[in-house]
Amino acid sequence: MTTDFRPKVLITKIGFDGHDRGSRVVAAYLRDAGMEVIYTPPWQEIPAVVKLAVEEDVDAIGVSSLATDHLIVPKLMDALRAAGLDDVIVVLGGIVPDGDEQMLLRSGVARVFHPGVALEEIAQYLREATTKIRAARAAA
Amino acid sequence: MNKPVEPPQRFTSPPLTEGDRAEAKWQAEYARETSEDRTVVNRSGIPIAPLYTPADWDSSRYDDTLGFPGQLPYTRGIYATMHRGRTWTQRQLIGLGTPDDYNARLRDILARGASAVSLIPCNSVFRGYDMDEVHEELLGTCGTVLNSAAHMDRALEGVDLARTSCAMNDPSPFTLLAFLFAVARRRGVPWSAIAGTSNQSDYLSHYVANHMFFRIALPGARRILVDHIEFCNRLAPKWNPMSVVGQHMQQAGATPAEAMAFALSTAIQNAEDCRARGMDPDRFLPRFTFFFDLSISFFEEIAKLRAGRRIWARIARDRLGAKEPRAWRFKFHAQTSGVDLTRQQPLNNIARVAVQAMAGIFGGLQSLHTDSYDEVLSCPADVGARIAVATQNILREEAHLTDVIDPLGGSYYVERLTDQMEAEILRVMKIVGDAGGMYGAVESGLVQRMIGDSARRAQARVESGEETIVGVNRYQAEEDSSARQPLARPDPARMKAHVASFRAWKAARSQAAVDGALDALAAAAESAKANVFEQVVAAAESGCTHGEICGRLRRAFGFGHVQAIV
Repeated sequence: MTTDFRPKVLITKIGFDGHDRGSRVVAAYLRDAGMEVIYTPPWQEIPAVVKLAVEEDVDAIGVSSLATDHLIVPKLMDALRAAGLDDVIVVLGGIVPDGDEQMLLRSGVARVFHPGVALEEIAQYLREATTKIRAARAAA
Repeated sequence: MNKPVEPPQRFTSPPLTEGDRAEAKWQAEYARETSEDRTVVNRSGIPIAPLYTPADWDSSRYDDTLGFPGQLPYTRGIYATMHRGRTWTQRQLIGLGTPDDYNARLRDILARGASAVSLIPCNSVFRGYDMDEVHEELLGTCGTVLNSAAHMDRALEGVDLARTSCAMNDPSPFTLLAFLFAVARRRGVPWSAIAGTSNQSDYLSHYVANHMFFRIALPGARRILVDHIEFCNRLAPKWNPMSVVGQHMQQAGATPAEAMAFALSTAIQNAEDCRARGMDPDRFLPRFTFFFDLSISFFEEIAKLRAGRRIWARIARDRLGAKEPRAWRFKFHAQTSGVDLTRQQPLNNIARVAVQAMAGIFGGLQSLHTDSYDEVLSCPADVGARIAVATQNILREEAHLTDVIDPLGGSYYVERLTDQMEAEILRVMKIVGDAGGMYGAVESGLVQRMIGDSARRAQARVESGEETIVGVNRYQAEEDSSARQPLARPDPARMKAHVASFRAWKAARSQAAVDGALDALAAAAESAKANVFEQVVAAAESGCTHGEICGRLRRAFGFGHVQAIV
């Protein structure tokens, strides 16, 4: 499916881990797939991510986590809601144990992508999800 | 009148030998029976033929390109006896929870056959923080929360420091080693008896990949590394202060040839920085070690390691001017690649790790970490760690892989591939050299861009199905999630108590001693003549914490930004 707008996606890492292969590969793929991608290096503080999301008016945030940093993603979700960004799609990619996936979904994360996922599957998901929120925003 | 047509010229070729006829017959048969003539190219971009013969490797070059184990150019191994004499060090990375949790796990793993200590600190330590400065949820989930000499003492309780080699993931400013020195002095063990390695002391690899490091600006990191090497050479001569890491780059996406080339270029950079300080290569090079990734590209990894050994021996002797054979030896630790492991059908990873480990063993490694099959699911749990250790025991003692030195030496394929990997490694090293050496090539972002490009190419090969990953893009099956163990987490109550006792201990210290040591550290950073690491050790002995030491150095040397290169 194609969209008549360019989804705006922030790709970032919060917490301590620095392994950025995944976030770089995904960011480059989404860019090449026609999205507007804002990429940050690892170790962003949660308030910095929220500030960037507000300033750039992003449709979606992709968080990469390979070394348990997903455990503070619920804090990010709270901070996004506090800033009024309730409708921003947050997806997470990386190493997330089964039990934690449920915890993340409950906290408001839209989807968790595990190792081995095809890049196009991520792109497809983001196109569909951001189309919905753009439509909802337009209707509001 | 037309010029007469000249008769066709005739060439006489030597008569076909029986071997030629056999080869022609094989070629014809091969062409007839292969339905698809697909080109096979390895990860480093080298085309792979279906068969190698004496035409591919000239055995008259034996003395020049192979030689004997323990002799130049060390292609067949750095020691005369290799694994037949002394097997590799079985070094499993461990680290979880509190220092007491770590100590229990360490003793278990030593009892099960591991022969050395390895210590992975919490990610907060890598980033230069103490436990009371960070998100509590993350403490101890990926490594041990260890912030002081007292913590190190507890972590290594019951370990004979004079007899056990300790490898610690301890990037700049090397506070874990400083804590170890403090513990050794307290226990009456002379520093000259302390053996082991500052894993990942290579700041350049952290800047371009992995990024598990204390972020200070590049010039500061460069200065502290040379200070660290100088200090250890002088006072702890059995310690390996320099661990050059090709593993980070390969895990981040570099091809095996690129990772080797970047590692060798890094080693040259650091050696030249030491020489610029007036240090003697015959003294510091024997304490340089390397760390490589072992992917599942079996023959390619073997050729990579053999080629690297040969290139390094020549560089150490001819370019860096080392005269002692000890300085020419390419000692390395290797770890099986986590990138090749899959979340799908996770028990398959046990087979992958065994193949990766075999590549490293045939490649002549000195030390090996085998990944747990569940590394791709979470931080490894006990069962996974035990299977990883058993895998090494099986390869060594059941499969007898240690019986013959460099058993694949002389294989037409392996020798040809070693030559080709060598040429490819040298080609990439020249790109780095032309960019001003590794420091310059990292500063400009060149290396980061090359790694990113290779990572994307590798992903495209998987997505197109050119590269098979069992369970991911072929042979997918219904998932049995029972193999996916829950994540091992430190006990939150114990972690809370650990943080509380750390706070209480800090408050009870002599503040004057702490302030004095931190001021001396800052003064050393200001003075070009002082050794910064010497003051890190002094601060550790005065009761300063990791976060305090890092904080003061961050102020002195400035923050290190990582370029956002996609």
